[in-house]
Amino acid sequence: MHQGTADVAVIGAGIVGLGIAWTLLDSGRSVTLIDPAPAQGATFAAAGMLAPVSEYHYQEEELLGLTLESVGLWPGFAAPFGASGAYLATPTLVVGFDAADRTALADLNAVQKAHGLDVEPLTLREARRMEPLLAPQLSCAFLTPGDHQVDPRRMHSALLAAFRERGGVVLEERAEALLWNDDGARVTGVRLASGSTVAAGEVVVANGLSSPELEGLPDGLKLPLRPVYGDILRLRVPERLQPFLTATVRGSVRGIPVYLVPREDGTVVIGATQREDGMAGASAGGVHQLLRDAQTLVPAVAELELQEVTARARPGTPDNAPLLGRVRGPDGQDLPGLIIATGFFRHGVLLTPVAARAVQELLDGTDQGRWAAFRPDRFGADRFSADRFGAGRRAPRLLNEHTVEAHA
Amino acid sequence: MTEILQSQGLDPLVVDGVELGSRLIMGTGGAPSLDGLGAALVESGTELTTVAMRRYTPAESGSLFQLLVDHGIRVLPNTAGCYTARDAVLTAELAREALETDWVKLEVIADEHTLLPDAVELVDATEQLVARGFKVFAYTNDDPVLALRLEQLGAVAVMPLGAPIGTGLGILNPHNIEVIVSRASVPVVLDAGIGTASDAALAMELGCDAVLLATAVTRAQDPVRMAAAFRHAVEAGRLARTAGRIPKRRHALASSSMEGRAEFL
Repeated sequence: MHQGTADVAVIGAGIVGLGIAWTLLDSGRSVTLIDPAPAQGATFAAAGMLAPVSEYHYQEEELLGLTLESVGLWPGFAAPFGASGAYLATPTLVVGFDAADRTALADLNAVQKAHGLDVEPLTLREARRMEPLLAPQLSCAFLTPGDHQVDPRRMHSALLAAFRERGGVVLEERAEALLWNDDGARVTGVRLASGSTVAAGEVVVANGLSSPELEGLPDGLKLPLRPVYGDILRLRVPERLQPFLTATVRGSVRGIPVYLVPREDGTVVIGATQREDGMAGASAGGVHQLLRDAQTLVPAVAELELQEVTARARPGTPDNAPLLGRVRGPDGQDLPGLIIATGFFRHGVLLTPVAARAVQELLDGTDQGRWAAFRPDRFGADRFSADRFGAGRRAPRLLNEHTVEAHA
Repeated sequence: MTEILQSQGLDPLVVDGVELGSRLIMGTGGAPSLDGLGAALVESGTELTTVAMRRYTPAESGSLFQLLVDHGIRVLPNTAGCYTARDAVLTAELAREALETDWVKLEVIADEHTLLPDAVELVDATEQLVARGFKVFAYTNDDPVLALRLEQLGAVAVMPLGAPIGTGLGILNPHNIEVIVSRASVPVVLDAGIGTASDAALAMELGCDAVLLATAVTRAQDPVRMAAAFRHAVEAGRLARTAGRIPKRRHALASSSMEGRAEFL
């Protein structure tokens, strides 16, 4: 059975796939979105922090550029949905608990400053004036005014409703395979699990951890994804404790990260663990750790009503950056008809607008190679052999034989 | 391998009859990204790397194990996160089945605030694991009595801590480490507490056969650079140990002798 023709078929209706589908629809294309259970993967769990500054990690400069661009796109991306999109420009307060947390966050702050990021040290009195429920015995505080938030579930439902209303097609079925033309030179559509097909000029693969299971991916293309599970809690704030927090609070508690995101509807999201233990359900130890550390930062967490414990897997990549773009065919040229957009790991919600922009530019041919750093086929077989420090394995040389290059 | 090492004045580490070209054993905990970890492991020159069986499943995160296989790095499964002997034995059995190795780094911790080994459970677990045919690398306190006891129970290596896990405080009781080394007939691996390169060099100078560390590299701002630092430090410490250091003296001793000096009359 033929389920129609579209300019673009998007496989995966998590926040990333839907954001791409919506943007392409908005650009005047016909779009079919394919997902057996929209927004039931990582999107369902995500806290929705739009926090490139406080999420920055040493040496992840490529990713920083991408997250900064995306956080700048978010207000415009969310604007059509108004309050229903639940985008909030609340700031983020980063706090440390013990002396080592203070040292670690101060070191990070120096590098953030060197990158020109907007992050200001606060005194603890200033921080507690902002958030009176913070514990008195913290060791440091920093304010990142540009790290905002969105409620991914509400944004997703607003987006999906708008997508349907504007004529986007949603097929709640599992995509099984990519279809190719007879000479195998380009992707021409999608075969669904029911056996029916969708013909499309371009196919965007955005179904997260399920992407590698798709049949008909280009020969030799490995999508190096692994499930990184996260536990996350949703709590309701009793009337007498409102407002509980006005800013997102991220903390390092004895070296372990935790965050509390206050929502407009009087709930608070506390997350998130990172587990690679293969357990899909919520981890008791993970929940304990989150509540313990959140309570260390904000003792009144103990007074909240625990409403929901969720665990989901995020699609992790080897370098924590997404797999975004076209892939090369056997002739070394980009394969037409196929774009990969997966592996967004912890940043799926944050990176949605920039992923949509990248896909649109790739389709329009206006990308000018801007997204090349995130090509899905960037991982070579022997990528650690660069040997930056001269001495190869088991063959140390004299110190004066190698130069240690200065840090950029 | 042995020839290359010998040309550099180094000798291989031999554990359970297996020769390892590097005396730096790495851990994987705390790495910000898989690629970053891979690059750091390769730079460190390690040939043996420990992985927490409770944190990584060979089934699902194949990539970490694949990464080690791809680079010819032997996996040393560990029982991190176990609080009882029973827990540790079950975890070791799981590791043996999944990874087809009878090597295990035995870690039985007492509580999450200190992460110090629970001596009683550790002794019990060592005894049980040895009886089940495991080659036990026992992570232990810097207690010469306990270390010797573990060796007598059949551990193939004893791994005293320099300081509690993740503290980066270095070697808090160098005297005890020296005593452990002087009495051991199995390899002694300084495990835990390493903060920076000089700590690792000191461990080797004290006579340890190898150093095991993870967070000092994985949580460094530039893990690859720090891995290189540790590779050099461990080699430097080993060379210094085998070169025979001068005695410590209370009074100065001129490096050039007075003999044959010109005398002005």
